[in-house]
Amino acid sequence: MAEPAVMKEDPGYYAYWPYRNRPALRWPNNARVAFWVAPNIEFYEFNPPTNPQRKAWPQPYPAIQGYGIRDYGNRVGHQRQMELLDKYGIRGSISLSTALCDHHPEIIAMCAERNWEFFSHGIYNTRYTYGMSESQERDMIRDSIQSIHQHTGQSCAGYLAPALSHSEHTLDLFAEVGSELFGDDAGFYTCDLFHDDQPTPISLRSGKRFVSIPYSLEMNDTIAFVVNKVEPRRYGQMLKDCFDRLYAEGEKSGTVMCIPTHNYQVSCPHRLKAFEEALEYITGHNDVWVATGREIAGHYLDHCYEDALADIEQKETEAAA
Amino acid sequence: MSLAPEYLTYPQRSYGMDHDRYDWSMLADRKAVLWPGEARLALWINVSLQFFPMNQQGVPFPPPGGMTMPYPDLRHFTLRDYGNRVGIFRVLEALRSRGLNASFAVNGQLAERTPALVKELAGIGEIIAHGWNMDTPHYGGLDRDTEQKQVADSLAALRDLSGQAVRGWLSPGRNESEHTPELLAEHGVDYLCDWVNDEMPYPFRTSKGPLTALPLSTELEDRFVIQNNLHSESSWQEQVCDACDLLLGEAESRGGRLLTLSLHPWLIGQPHRIGKLEAVLDYILAKDIWSAHPSDIVARWQAQQ
Repeated sequence: MAEPAVMKEDPGYYAYWPYRNRPALRWPNNARVAFWVAPNIEFYEFNPPTNPQRKAWPQPYPAIQGYGIRDYGNRVGHQRQMELLDKYGIRGSISLSTALCDHHPEIIAMCAERNWEFFSHGIYNTRYTYGMSESQERDMIRDSIQSIHQHTGQSCAGYLAPALSHSEHTLDLFAEVGSELFGDDAGFYTCDLFHDDQPTPISLRSGKRFVSIPYSLEMNDTIAFVVNKVEPRRYGQMLKDCFDRLYAEGEKSGTVMCIPTHNYQVSCPHRLKAFEEALEYITGHNDVWVATGREIAGHYLDHCYEDALADIEQKETEAAA
Repeated sequence: MSLAPEYLTYPQRSYGMDHDRYDWSMLADRKAVLWPGEARLALWINVSLQFFPMNQQGVPFPPPGGMTMPYPDLRHFTLRDYGNRVGIFRVLEALRSRGLNASFAVNGQLAERTPALVKELAGIGEIIAHGWNMDTPHYGGLDRDTEQKQVADSLAALRDLSGQAVRGWLSPGRNESEHTPELLAEHGVDYLCDWVNDEMPYPFRTSKGPLTALPLSTELEDRFVIQNNLHSESSWQEQVCDACDLLLGEAESRGGRLLTLSLHPWLIGQPHRIGKLEAVLDYILAKDIWSAHPSDIVARWQAQQ
């Protein structure tokens, strides 16, 4: 019912652009790695309406286990993770279920006080994009951007679709609604694409200057702990190994590492130590730019985007010749 | 292509939770709780004693740890029965030799099947009701009268055999129906261990009177870590010790914290695993802890609210 009649073979957001021999990417102060932490601060509804393509909970209502552990994240986990990020001088870039502004404004206030970035992760993480008309998705995205502005004064720069549920129009709509509301100051990066370890230009129907920022999905605590069932200390080691490689490669051309977290995963008492050790290790290196998603995307658009487009075009021409 | 308009309306989008069971509250903002002897960490060990019927119906879902093979699944039936015959005695000895307190969450039907075991457990620690058996889950849509009988039968069997008041409840597979909390309140239950949304007790509402929610961690449970996540026994040991250290550290500035250990004798009581439990207990015992029965934890917390 909800899928378009003709499905695309490729989303068409970017050209093939090999990692080697790109123009050197330079971060501020010649840092090798732009490092960011993206806490997902989410609200899952206890009894959401049914989506035709995806169930919110495995059990019939009330699914107290799944709901409960996510509530734990907000009640217990959030402040634990926030204190740890404070300790290592990291400002979070929050992937926000924007209804949380209404449900738990205390959390929003604490993060705003720390000048953390808020970007849109939809309204609820139990409302999927699947099956929405273009205008419904546009309304949902607009509502989420407006909520962030109303509660924090920030113009939302980035997007991660709720529960990673997308349509063919998601990125176009996000960029367009951002421009409608705040011009070039909103809607200019996405975390939804995992094709690269550097930012890349994304082509949209509007032609807006728009960039994909690496969100390091393999380093996402939920992917590690729930999907791949990784042991906590191994997760800590994976983070260090990932960083070591990107730091080494970043000497020639800057890279990006993200740790996407969830306050109901990494903040559990049996997992926080390994996470802390990784943060201590990463921030203990000199040539690391500890940044936010907006700062990384902004720097790239200001200093690297045009060179990248020119290089992509040149290589495509060479390949066609 | 579009979704029904209700999919884009948000009737519960307002301050606090999207239900009335409990209030929104962040742990770090709450008043510090003091445990007896000013111990920084309360330790609650819960051992679940379970009966998995071989003719499992699995309605509407099979229990965690249940039968997975075509009938008759002798393999899983007997592996679970092992816990009640062999594993439990290793666990009991590990607790006794260290002077540790524990609760025992027992299926009502297991009490009927092994009355002598339940009587012995009642002489050692606190009995908690654990539903009728592992294949009688409480779930949304379950007929209220059926569920009422399961609750009543479980509590009656355990109260009768143990001689204890039995005020605590842990649902099989930790699932509930929309009526479970009300039925528990009606049947003299005071505290509920199904919810995993906190690390301390908190007030829980039902239309038949209040309960206390006493969260029992699933994330740190032997079955969840070893059987669900397929982590090694050594990793489970590390995880419990890391959790213990973190909570002790937090308790220095925030008041008493609670470490909960949920154990299954059919799993942790196996010969190659019991040593890891003993090592975990030795590690925790060397710290500043209060080894407590759950009703004592609830009472102590309640007295300070």
